[in-house]
Parts: sequence; C-alpha cells; structure tokens
Amino acid sequence: MKRWTLFIPFIIFVLLGFLLWRALYLDPKDIPSALVDKTFPEFNLPTLVSGETKTQASLQGDVHLVNVWGTWCISCKVEHPFLVKLAQQGVKIVGVNYKDENEPARQWLQELGNPYLYSVDDEAGTLSMDLGVTGAPETFFVDSKGVIRHKHQGPITQANWAPLEKIWLDLVNEAKGGSQ
Amino acid sequence: MRYFVLFASILFSTFSLAIVDGHEYVFDGENKKENEAKAELFNELAQELRCPKCQNQNLADSNAMIAGDLRRELYQQVKAGGDEQSIIDFMVDRYGEFVLYRPKVNAMTYVLWYGPIALLVIAVICLIVIVRKRKQQPELDEADLSEAQKKRLDELLGKDKGDDHV
Repeated sequence: MKRWTLFIPFIIFVLLGFLLWRALYLDPKDIPSALVDKTFPEFNLPTLVSGETKTQASLQGDVHLVNVWGTWCISCKVEHPFLVKLAQQGVKIVGVNYKDENEPARQWLQELGNPYLYSVDDEAGTLSMDLGVTGAPETFFVDSKGVIRHKHQGPITQANWAPLEKIWLDLVNEAKGGSQ
Repeated sequence: MRYFVLFASILFSTFSLAIVDGHEYVFDGENKKENEAKAELFNELAQELRCPKCQNQNLADSNAMIAGDLRRELYQQVKAGGDEQSIIDFMVDRYGEFVLYRPKVNAMTYVLWYGPIALLVIAVICLIVIVRKRKQQPELDEADLSEAQKKRLDELLGKDKGDDHV
C-alpha cells in the first residue's frame, strides 16, 4: 500500500471538521424567501387610519418598504423608532398590520408616531400568508414595478441598516434610471 | 395467539403525532368515504409539511402561531377538495422548499437524495477491492522461509535449540 493512502482518513477528518466548523456560524433561521423577484401578491384591504381600500397597484411607480407589524409583537416596538427616523429621511414605508386589532393599532401609531404612508389592515392574515410571513416584523423591499427584491426578517435597526440601505438606494437609483 | 396479536400490534404500530387543536378539524360532508379520504390527506400533509417558523416541527406538532394559521389554511383547502399537489405548491410558493420534509428531486437536492446511495456504492467497491487484493496475496508457509528467516522465527518464538520446555 502506498504511504499517502494512510492520510486519507486524516484528510476526510479535516474536510468534515471544516464543514461542521463553518456550519457553526450559519443561521438556521435564515431561510431564503420564496417571494424574492416575484410580483407583490394581490391584495384588496382597507387602511387602518383612513379606511380607504388599497390594492397591490398602489405599490407601483415608486420604491417602497413593506413592513409587517402588530401591536402584539415586541420586536416591532423595538424597531418602530428607527422606522420613524427612516420615514423622516424620506424612505417610503407601507405597513401591513398583521393579525391585530384596529383600536390598539391606531393608538400605537398615535402615541409612537406613524412612519407609514398607510397601513393596510390584515386582520385575517391573508395577505401575510401570501407574503410567506412567519412572524413579525418582516420587511419587504419592493421596487417601482411592484416586484419584491429583498426580504428582511426581524427588526431593522441602526445596527443592521447599512447593508439594507445599499439595497434601498440601488432600487431608488434603478427606478430613477428607468424613468429618465 | 393472543401474544402473537399483541406482538404484531407492537411491531406494526405506526408512529403518529397528535395534531394540536385536532378537534377543530372535522370533515363532516355527506359522503362518508370522501370524509375519510380528506381526513387522511389532511393528516398526511399536516405531518409532512414543516412549520416555517420552527426548526424541526411539522404543522401537526407545532403550536406556533403560523403553524396554527397554516393548519387552518390546509384544513380549508382540503375541505374545499384541493388535491395534494396543489396544496403543496401553495405552501412552497409562499414559504419555499423549506416547508417540505420530503424535498423535491432537483439539481439542488441531488446530493441529498442520491448522496447516501453513492456513499454505499463507494463503500461496496472499496470492500470488493480490498477482499480481492487479499485473495491475490499467496498464503505464506513456514516452508517458504529461508534458513536465516527460520532461525529468526525460532528466536522470536523463544525456541532454544530444540529444547521445547517453554
């Protein structure tokens, strides 16, 4: 037997070790969204504050963040001040009020500020199901043609905004380029 | 005979999971046979679809909010007469392949599906090669040794000049 063949178990061990070591730093909750690069699902829902009906057509023509939130969701409360700040900077955010009651939701917006252009009332959770939402908050980056381009799970904060801002700016630039 | 039945029932009992809130999912249409088929499909899918929020629980087993919502959706679709494939497609369209405990066979999952078989084939080939090599090696006999080798063997075995008292 050739001498080098003695090293085969060792090589396999190193490869396996590398594989498992790498897996330690992967996030098993980071599931690729099935909806990226697909058109925003159809919906026909009343808004929370004014009560007028909105459809997926209202997302076209501009870049939007679609943020799924609820008053029952603690991380949403953590995220909220930063969304208000983003809205002040001119980021257009549309809310999806997910399985929530109207009165507490309106109160929440009154007390904590309203970063949303409008929030649609998804009390039954149908739109959220079509969006593949598994919990709140989740935020979808929707381009000016109404196509979902990125999905962020969990709260958006100052700490994780930098890479997301790049996605946002790319979409804004793309929209500008398209209209010229 | 009694023991045989007992033994057989233990041996062949299928592992099944209780569905959380099971009482909510009643199939009470007019056709009894159809109801049974629907209930069976519902149970099968609830056990085979993974809760998208949980790391390793199926829809039947999880009490996460999203699992409850999806069980209800599944129930409604089965009740309305949806077939297995359309329901699976509905779930995959929204939550991705992650929800399938039995992933589809495609370029991304070839390793998953065929990897174990490939490993088994490789192992069998290795085994055959090793066994054949062993067979090819001529069996050695003490008679084949040279004088010097015989002497060394005797030394190692502790034989002193024909004195076999060891």
